[in-house]
Amino acid sequence: MTIDNLILWFQSWLPFNIIVLFIIAVLIAALVIFAIMAVNALVAVYAERKISAFMQDRIGPMGQGPGLHAAKWGLLQTVADTIKLILKEDIIPKAADKKLFITAPFIIFLGAFIALAAMPFGPALIAADMNIGIFYILAVSSFGVIGIILAAWSSDNKWSLYGGMRSAAQIISYEIPAALSLVAVLLLAGTLSMQGIIESQAGTIWGFLPNWNIFNNPFSFLAFFIYFIAGVAETNRTPFDIPEAESELVAGFHTEYSGMRWAFFFLSEYGNMLVVSGVTVVAFLGGWQSLLQGAMEGAWWGLFWFLTKMTAVIFIMIWFRWTFPRLRVDQLMTVAWKILLPIALFNLFGVAIWTLIVG
Amino acid sequence: MGLIKADEMTLNIGPQHPSTHGVLRLKVKTDGEIISEITPVIGYLHRCFEKHCENLSYEQVIPFTDRCDYIAAMNNNFGYVLAVEKMMEIQVPERVEYIRVIMAEYNRIASHLLALGTFGLDVGAYTPFLYMFRDRERILDLFELTCGARLLYNYMWVGGVSHDLPVGFMEASYRFLDEFEKNINEYHNILSYNKIFIERSADVGTMPKEVAIDYGVTGPNLRGSGVKWDLRKDEPYSIYDRFKFNIPVGKGLMGSVGDCWDRYWVRAEEMKESVKIIRQALDKMPRKGDVHEALPKKVRPPKGSIYFRTESPRGDLGYYIISDGTPTPLRIKMRSPAFTALSALSEISTGWMLSDVLVILGSLDIVLGEIDR
Repeated sequence: MTIDNLILWFQSWLPFNIIVLFIIAVLIAALVIFAIMAVNALVAVYAERKISAFMQDRIGPMGQGPGLHAAKWGLLQTVADTIKLILKEDIIPKAADKKLFITAPFIIFLGAFIALAAMPFGPALIAADMNIGIFYILAVSSFGVIGIILAAWSSDNKWSLYGGMRSAAQIISYEIPAALSLVAVLLLAGTLSMQGIIESQAGTIWGFLPNWNIFNNPFSFLAFFIYFIAGVAETNRTPFDIPEAESELVAGFHTEYSGMRWAFFFLSEYGNMLVVSGVTVVAFLGGWQSLLQGAMEGAWWGLFWFLTKMTAVIFIMIWFRWTFPRLRVDQLMTVAWKILLPIALFNLFGVAIWTLIVG
Repeated sequence: MGLIKADEMTLNIGPQHPSTHGVLRLKVKTDGEIISEITPVIGYLHRCFEKHCENLSYEQVIPFTDRCDYIAAMNNNFGYVLAVEKMMEIQVPERVEYIRVIMAEYNRIASHLLALGTFGLDVGAYTPFLYMFRDRERILDLFELTCGARLLYNYMWVGGVSHDLPVGFMEASYRFLDEFEKNINEYHNILSYNKIFIERSADVGTMPKEVAIDYGVTGPNLRGSGVKWDLRKDEPYSIYDRFKFNIPVGKGLMGSVGDCWDRYWVRAEEMKESVKIIRQALDKMPRKGDVHEALPKKVRPPKGSIYFRTESPRGDLGYYIISDGTPTPLRIKMRSPAFTALSALSEISTGWMLSDVLVILGSLDIVLGEIDR
């Protein structure tokens, strides 16, 4: 269901001007995307806490939730957290640049939020099926770094400043290998449209392997890893969490934020995870294509497959976080510029040759 | 780097900071991420230990020694009671000697587990920390079983220990040691040989042998620099001469000798040696005996002074005690190994990055309770 379809459908029974209908349709889409982000944050935070707990020989949150104590499983823990965050005092430091301080969390949030507009959750579930979909996502998801720098600068805190500067350097560096590895996919798909990329991955290889880009050829297999590593780095998660490295920078760029403002940073971090894992799924894992050829296909199965793949990718990100130590800032740059970038360039070349020869 | 010179910024790390391992304040001058000058400011945890001692009887000092190095309280007790016993020429029963060694070595493992775990935290690895705490917890359970306390034991008394080993301690000990030996390999797998961990700690904050000796650094930090110096072997006290164990020294396996990884590795290996000592002690220990047998009626050392040092998990822990023949010591001075280790910080961490400084600080394994006293 794209926004265009929504407007057409409204036009058939609502006697309003097209502009009004457009606004209504956009608002509805925005609400849905916001709901997706919020639900994702609720579920992912709970999952992260539980998964980390099981990985660390703990049990994680158990108290909040419906039912008797033993059966509660902390299911409502994130809801309780949200209520706590809403009730918390909103502190703006005296020395802070108030306007920027207030704007920053929304800018970061916006980056993840508008990127999701071009995310195809199913064969027909996409807010806007642009012909430059993947380009658009790459462009707007680096929007968040402006917010990070604003937050860091306006807080008037040295730790925040460190976090912000590190973050800016990191996100900009990792954009390049990420983009180059996606260009490899574009060569294979021959289109920039998200739906087009997914559709190009239909069918099978040798009759049983789904024709996803990750399996398509050795170079696209490599591209998957480059994109995924760069993507994890873009979401500022361990082992690339140096902008908010707890043991070094206290909390990095959001040190001075509290309450809901802080929650927006949190929400956008999980929103970014959603975007990165979504792009990974679309570009390399066949999007909403079924794992089983010819079975379990259709609009709702598409949504199911997309979410399943996305969950798997997010799980791997969580797994990373609770396994690896953190890189140092210069090592991080080394990985981006001296390792990932050359490999990505070579890889792009490889994919180009492959498409010429194999087809 | 170095060509571009920007304005230096003074940054204040701590006293409230997740990685200062207590209430330490570091005043650092930074040029971007590079640290050009670092000044530790201590004293936030000063509790007048030495002054207190001048107004307390010898037995009453023991709980205060607990609170100095609160991570390795048994070892602090140990050094103090040995010093007083030497002044009073008390010979404690065999069983007491063995119990003390077992407890001290258990506490050494617990302390090293905390050191390695928090070092992992400094590097950014969260999970190993909890794995290590899981095992540390079991050691604390053993202590709780024995003397009721989990952190500050007041267990070793002048002339004995407060409680005999409880029923079931031996079995629980053997069970723990069997499982713990396997777990050490688990730590190596998840942390020690992790590529990122090696990148972060190898060749970082190298402390050459000469620097370590000049600053009077002792314990695992000195051994990490490749100096084979361990009081348990070189100046055996209590009954340490009866056990077979090795002294691991830093070999520069991943980088140069005396880097953070070496200091980490020495601690990990020392835990294995402590396990060996505990096993031997458990096997050889007399099964029966009264632990209160040699408790003196009055603790009143003769006039004179003594300096006695033992190997605590952090290094040479020395007690200088002056007695004037009264039940109260005239003066007690504690030589803290963590203090000397911290004094070497600015020497070895200048020129490194902000992240490295906190890693180096973590690798020195300081306890502020002992530094400030």
